[in-house]
Amino acid sequence: MAASYEYEDGGYPQQTDAAGYDPNFVPDSVKSFVVHLYRHIREKNVYEIHQMYESSFQTLSERMFKETPWPSVDAVAPYVDNDHVFCLLYREMWFRHLYARLSPTLRQRIDSWDNYCSLFQVVLHGVVNMQLPNQWLWDMVDEFVYQFQAFCQYRAKMKSKTAEEIALLKQYDQAWNVYGVLNFLQALVEKSTIIQILEREKEGLEEFTATDGYDYNGGSNVLKVLGYFSMIGLLRVHCLLGDYHTGLKCLHPIDITQQGVYTSVIGSHITTIYHYGFANLMLRRYVEAIHEFNKILLYIYKTKQYHQKSPQYEQILKKNEQMYALLAISLSLCPQVKLVEETVNSQLREKYGEKMARMQRYDDEAFALYDELFSYACPKFITPSAPSFEEPLVNYNQDAYRLQLKLFLYEVKQQQLLAGVRTFLKVYSTISLGKLANYMEVDEPTLRTILMTYKHKTHAVDSDGKITSNADVDFYIDEEMIRVVESKPAKKYGDYFLRQIVKLEGIMTDIDRIKLE
Amino acid sequence: MGKEATNGGAQKSQLAHTVEQLIAVNPYNPDILPDLENYVNEQVSSQTYNLDANLCLLRLYQFEPERMSTPIVARILVKALMAMPAPDFSLCLFLIPERVQMEDQFKTLIVLSHYLETARFRQFWDEAAKSRHIVEVVSGFEQAIRAYAVHVLSITYQKVPRAILAEAINIEGVSLDKFLEHHVSNYGWVIEKGQGKGQVITLPRTEFNHPELKKNTADSVPLEHVTRIFPILG
Repeated sequence: MAASYEYEDGGYPQQTDAAGYDPNFVPDSVKSFVVHLYRHIREKNVYEIHQMYESSFQTLSERMFKETPWPSVDAVAPYVDNDHVFCLLYREMWFRHLYARLSPTLRQRIDSWDNYCSLFQVVLHGVVNMQLPNQWLWDMVDEFVYQFQAFCQYRAKMKSKTAEEIALLKQYDQAWNVYGVLNFLQALVEKSTIIQILEREKEGLEEFTATDGYDYNGGSNVLKVLGYFSMIGLLRVHCLLGDYHTGLKCLHPIDITQQGVYTSVIGSHITTIYHYGFANLMLRRYVEAIHEFNKILLYIYKTKQYHQKSPQYEQILKKNEQMYALLAISLSLCPQVKLVEETVNSQLREKYGEKMARMQRYDDEAFALYDELFSYACPKFITPSAPSFEEPLVNYNQDAYRLQLKLFLYEVKQQQLLAGVRTFLKVYSTISLGKLANYMEVDEPTLRTILMTYKHKTHAVDSDGKITSNADVDFYIDEEMIRVVESKPAKKYGDYFLRQIVKLEGIMTDIDRIKLE
Repeated sequence: MGKEATNGGAQKSQLAHTVEQLIAVNPYNPDILPDLENYVNEQVSSQTYNLDANLCLLRLYQFEPERMSTPIVARILVKALMAMPAPDFSLCLFLIPERVQMEDQFKTLIVLSHYLETARFRQFWDEAAKSRHIVEVVSGFEQAIRAYAVHVLSITYQKVPRAILAEAINIEGVSLDKFLEHHVSNYGWVIEKGQGKGQVITLPRTEFNHPELKKNTADSVPLEHVTRIFPILG
């Protein structure tokens, strides 16, 4: 596993000195912050930890560290008994703040990796006895993957590297190494035995989801919940690498049709569904993608007002917009609008209605729109391998994105004739092959291939060979005749009645409670 | 669908067993690369298939491009074509760098995949005939593609003219008679006289060519949901 690095003491290259930043100066408010946070952690007061983590840290950052890093860990260590684990946690936040507000140097990127190695190793060795808020644990995994992605993007821009940076990259070739990153996430999943825990929970032998992952018996939630979130981290890393099949496999232990710990933190909820939906889109499972995008977009629509003050608010809005773009793509390839809830649909029309109409045309302009929406909404794909240090140095930061885009557009092109077929199938209940060929201005053999392509592309096959129809309009050919079957929107009376029964019972209970004088 | 067995139970080879264990222990271990390569060769000769193992290998190549063996990649892609209608071929391409995809043998495979994806079987068989050196390295190639063609025909047609079937599976004359005979006795195909010239083959009913067979699952309520109202019903 990842090696840890020794580096000369004395902190970081202090190019922020100009702004008057003294890493060793600890203002009283920071002193008080670390002292209290440390105490709450020792007392396992999750509520207070969460308050300090979510709000005090943000407030202080906003007020005092807008353009400079927080005080160095060495400067605050004396106020927290030089507690090793606390110092690792503090540094994790220190780097997160630096990444969010300033631009990290290569040295700092390497140091942050080093810090994650130490932190995760401590957790993996089971010596952590804390109870931390899910939000914080999620942020750790999220940030870890983010910094990995950022490092790959940074490293791939070889042209602008200085000789010193290149020397450092060569020297610390293990920093943010893709094996190291994947192995940490995998080790957290395995060491936490989270997959077994979720299995046992299904049989009623263990509680995890019911307590939101917290341990109310004096134990620690850290390894378990980090392991849980690492499955989502793995999904994300695999999507960044273009390995959608493996990504979905990593997420498999989490049942996303249900609420779970992943829905307890809005960032984790969104990241999960965004990547799940994207992977399904790339696997041509459009109905599945539409279902999940619809659900989460409705959820965000209803709840976003509660997150306005959250540091994640901007990120929530950004992912919201991206998922509308992905929904627009999915629906253009698989026009099953009935799967989309009314509120989401009207938002979608407002944002992409006009573009979606043009995307149906499958001309050059339509391809340009697919390109635009995909590029806007796709994950930031990475090339995980180390650069060639041989001259001339070339940038390769766009390679991975270009490949995924190209393959996606290839798929769109293969489906370009299907929109035409669809239009005709919608207005006929039976039509002969000859007549339809005539209308579509193609010969009969070509029409047959188009019809078979339609069938193939609208019938997704999973790895067990199970066929699922994504077709909005379906048909079959009986010798020379095409017979069309429009799938009717399924009305879910059963569910409706169930909900009404529960509602009625509630009202009756309320009425019973009313005592008339 | 006459799909090849994916490493089913008893006949699993020693190597298959070892490799699956290695992946289970650590899928992100660069040291298992040679085993995965051997396993690809075994899949090629023994008509077995393991997508997960092959993706694992492509991933290792992606991490360390200097260790990539293009002949192995080509074999993986041929196997992925044989897995159609599953999207395995795209899954593999997503992991193969563009500059590698520019090589002639991969360009050919991509064209073949394109023909299959767009159901242009005649072009496919013509092109495949020109590229025997790439595809025929893998045993069972033609049978697997035929199975895919039959799959696409089956979800599209209730009754398919003999000539259309012949073109899709690239078999004619006496061999086609034998093929049909086999399917009549094993898979419930029925040969009839068509309205026009030749024969018409009635394919077995599925919910995809007989939509009325589609089970109406839309209005069923899962038991878990009903349990929510048990306390009320009591």
